[in-house]
Amino acid sequence: MHPVLKLVSQRLALGILLLFSASVLIFVGTQILPGDVAQSILGQSATPEALANLRAELGLNDPPMTRYFNWLYAALHGDLGTALTNGQDIATSMGRRLGNTLFLAFWAAVISVPLAIFLGLLAVRYRDRWPDKLISGVTLASISIPEFLIGYLVVYFVAVKLGWFSSVAMINDGMSLLEKLNAIALPVFVLVLVVLAHMMRMTRAAILNVMQSAYIETAELKGLSSFNVIFRHAFPNAISPIVNVVMLNLAYLVVGVVVVEVVFVYPGMGQYLVDHVAKRDVPVVQACGLVFAGVYIGLNMIADIVSILANPRLRHPK
Amino acid sequence: MRNIPISALIGLVFTGVYFLMAIFAPLIAPYGLAEIVGDVWEPSSSVHLLGTDSIGRDLLTRMIYGGRTTIFIATAATMLSFTTGAVLGFLAATVGGWVDQALSRFVDLMMAIPSLIFALVVLSVMPVTIPVLILVMGLLDSTRVFRLARAVAVDITVMDYVEAAQLRGEGRIWIIFREILPNALSPLVAEMGLRFIFMVLFVSTLSFLGLGVQPPAADWGGIVKENKDGIVYGIAAALWPAFAIATLAISVNLVADWVLNRTTSLKGGRGG
Repeated sequence: MHPVLKLVSQRLALGILLLFSASVLIFVGTQILPGDVAQSILGQSATPEALANLRAELGLNDPPMTRYFNWLYAALHGDLGTALTNGQDIATSMGRRLGNTLFLAFWAAVISVPLAIFLGLLAVRYRDRWPDKLISGVTLASISIPEFLIGYLVVYFVAVKLGWFSSVAMINDGMSLLEKLNAIALPVFVLVLVVLAHMMRMTRAAILNVMQSAYIETAELKGLSSFNVIFRHAFPNAISPIVNVVMLNLAYLVVGVVVVEVVFVYPGMGQYLVDHVAKRDVPVVQACGLVFAGVYIGLNMIADIVSILANPRLRHPK
Repeated sequence: MRNIPISALIGLVFTGVYFLMAIFAPLIAPYGLAEIVGDVWEPSSSVHLLGTDSIGRDLLTRMIYGGRTTIFIATAATMLSFTTGAVLGFLAATVGGWVDQALSRFVDLMMAIPSLIFALVVLSVMPVTIPVLILVMGLLDSTRVFRLARAVAVDITVMDYVEAAQLRGEGRIWIIFREILPNALSPLVAEMGLRFIFMVLFVSTLSFLGLGVQPPAADWGGIVKENKDGIVYGIAAALWPAFAIATLAISVNLVADWVLNRTTSLKGGRGG
């Protein structure tokens, strides 16, 4: 078997194993508690009848193992159960929201990834001079402020003071793509700010690492311009770490989305999760947790696989 | 202590000011925490330095008490995550074998789920009180400390002086606390600064989402939540916590950088 194929299939298997273990962890996180779930959903003043009803509805009278496997079996067949609060099917209400969230994350990624790589290259080209210092300064500042506050700072200065774009991002199916893009301009901007900092720093570090190799020195000594050295010689060798950085940050984006959606009242997964945590709607929370963990694990797995594929030493074994 | 660089000095001063404000909050705050002293969203004046909030409470008072809650929770959670993470990490490194494997794989698994998502999942069934918040945040974050502590300790356990202590017949507890801990302290202390900032951001985010500190208690995330509706009308009350969190985070960062530089240079050359 080709060593690359072997490594990739190992990563795939590991990812799937991790996803299953994560589902166990999410299930355990909501089940094994002092007291029981029904009590904490309904509060101390609940009547015994209400408690008994809720326990039956949640299937709490079965042993935990049975409940977990029932839940997992149903989830694998696309049935995520029904929400406690309004009795609606979770998979249907989640589908549209997941689409909205991916739409938001997609545009944030489309803007931030090339921008981060370009700025990272710029920082390396002008290392220790003012563009590099400026970029590091802005990065440090944006890492030190939580996402939701960056969101409100942007709303205050861009939407309110300048009057550009609207401060809430409502979208619906009747809108054209352009209208949708206009509506999500501010949340995308905030998400770009949030991931740009991390991504740029890590890109800078990855390229600087490559820049110390002997072949870069050779390229410099034979008189290539510094942009040529970076683009033709350093960049191709930094692809694997950069792809890793990008994937890690897309995973980070998935989490940032939760908070940013709440700030801009955007009808996506994050808002759905936060609303139902507050209402203590356990099946919805479990389903959302599973989806978020799945996306996160999936992106990390892709990062691993791409860096295996990008490594020429593995592609052409001796 | 004479050669403190200027950046670290600024960091120390600001961090000190924030901690003192947190400790002496009741003495400094001009009004009571829940006292309604004026109109809704008054602009700043000599009576109310930062103006008033969404129901007419003094914003400066809220910010001072809020800082107290935020800093207290972040400090307690950092302590918890450090004790659990470091002890388990050192244990994994010294015992090795299946204990190390089991702990490390479990930590890998915990880190495969984003901490905010996992915290939300757990908080959906837990009562949201301050001890529960500290527990959830501290334990979730101890995974990162575990990784660092284990990585540092693995390098130390192969040192001669550890072997000497083992041959001398010292117990595992002695080796962990008297041999490994003192030598692993400097990277851990620097990491502690970063973890503390992360905790401040984490608890603020949870409170902003309505799943952290519950009203009427104040914390910086909660102040944003209470005053966010004013932003659309151009009232900047909700933005003060941004300023507070950013300055605290940057100053703690500066101090952590200095601690790391100082302790590493001590190792490198004597007297330098």
